[in-house]
Amino acid sequence: MANYSTNEFKGGLKVMLDGDPCSIVENELVKPGKGQAFNRVKLRNLMTGRVGERTFKSGDSLEGADVMDLEMEYLYTDGDMWHFMKTDGSFEQYAVEKKALGDTIKWLKEQVPYTLTLWNDKAISVTPPNFIELEVVETDPGLKGDTAQGGSKPATLSSGAVVRVPLFINQGEVLKIDTRSGEYVSRA
Amino acid sequence: MAIDWRPNAQIETLRERARLLSKVRAFFSQRDVLEVETPVLGQGGSTDVHLVSLATQARTDKGQRRLWLQTSPEFHMKRLVAAGSGPIFQLARSFRDGEVGSRHNIEFTMLEWYRPGFSLGELIDETATLVATLLPAFAGPVVHYRYRELFHTCLAIDPFTTSLDKLRALAAERGRMPTGVLVNEGRDTCLDLLMSMVIEPTLGQNELSVVTDYPASQAALARRHQDVDGEWVASRFELYLNGIELANGYHELTDAAEQRTRFSDDNAERRRLGLPEVDVDERLLAALEHGMPECAGVALGIDRLIQLALGKARLEDVLTFSTPNC
Repeated sequence: MANYSTNEFKGGLKVMLDGDPCSIVENELVKPGKGQAFNRVKLRNLMTGRVGERTFKSGDSLEGADVMDLEMEYLYTDGDMWHFMKTDGSFEQYAVEKKALGDTIKWLKEQVPYTLTLWNDKAISVTPPNFIELEVVETDPGLKGDTAQGGSKPATLSSGAVVRVPLFINQGEVLKIDTRSGEYVSRA
Repeated sequence: MAIDWRPNAQIETLRERARLLSKVRAFFSQRDVLEVETPVLGQGGSTDVHLVSLATQARTDKGQRRLWLQTSPEFHMKRLVAAGSGPIFQLARSFRDGEVGSRHNIEFTMLEWYRPGFSLGELIDETATLVATLLPAFAGPVVHYRYRELFHTCLAIDPFTTSLDKLRALAAERGRMPTGVLVNEGRDTCLDLLMSMVIEPTLGQNELSVVTDYPASQAALARRHQDVDGEWVASRFELYLNGIELANGYHELTDAAEQRTRFSDDNAERRRLGLPEVDVDERLLAALEHGMPECAGVALGIDRLIQLALGKARLEDVLTFSTPNC
């Protein structure tokens, strides 16, 4: 991979730091009145998802990380690995470890496209679509007529996620959920 | 995709900017400081190891010449002072390659002025008065700090006597440097890191902070003197507001031989670091040789001051077209 100098550190650039692939979040030039310039850089560790800050001497460089995002459909799990397939018509499949799935494990649905982040061709994280439609598999019976007033109850969805839903929702209904907040949006 | 051709600053901001610049001119006019315009191009450039100069080629009467875009109008202005100009000021376009960020732009405007006969203290007072004039809403006091005292207060170390090993360890830890990066670095890099990352953000909070008595190694174009502790320090000050460095002033070096030594030391350091050498300004040296009156001078980043005066988040918000948009 190419090396990138601090002045090429742009948001989204993928670099290697301490052996882990990272994505640059922010890069700010810091310079005392006279003297050495530094870059204060915010990076997201793509293995852990954690954002940290590091300082570099201006002009220092980091090795680029072979990281790319690909859209893939979820196929199935064999209990050990979770299998996805490219949506580009190549039928190429990738097996993903539980660790790389992270919280996305509760938003999995077959044939839905996810964004897989690959590092050296190995999946290191999976991002669900912002909105997903899932069926309610378990909730208290709905209260008829209560369509406008507030109040909520827990509902278990087909993917295993538990979300707060309005009281009028019944078992078997399909709901639109915002995966970023984990909140109910509407009936699908 | 449509090309974004619009200015960075809003038109209303440009009106405010013009109003502030006319205040600057009125301030100096009242004090009988002459406005001058010096060239952006020069046959000599800044040898400062930490500045990256832009250069261009021009066909002159002497044939093809490399000319340096000035990193500040300092050398030309000092030649005017040596020629007997008296007090002068300038709003000068200056260029520093690679300096891009929320407080930096490669091309920027420097407000620089020189005061023959002024002490550093008198120039500090005048600079603070100018800032107060441009920021009437700011009512905080002017607070003076010595470099050494800041390191004592913020980091519990003495910047002059702490061992290099300890400085490196502290700078790596507090400056969030990857481990091991500082092993080959000298004292000044470590001090610069601690100053930039730890101390500067605390300066200029509800006050105008003035820092003096920098280490002698950081004198740049300032004289050196012994401070009250007998330590050799630079006759230099920096002014901070809201954690932002606004101005850098010197009791100016007038000794031509000393100036030549500093230029050639800079170029030697450039060779050591594998950086390109910069043509030494022989005309400035000749002017100092002729004799420049004792004077104090200061460079103030006027774009930053306008940014603060107008409460803008980024420097580019007060520029017509920032470098990425030029």
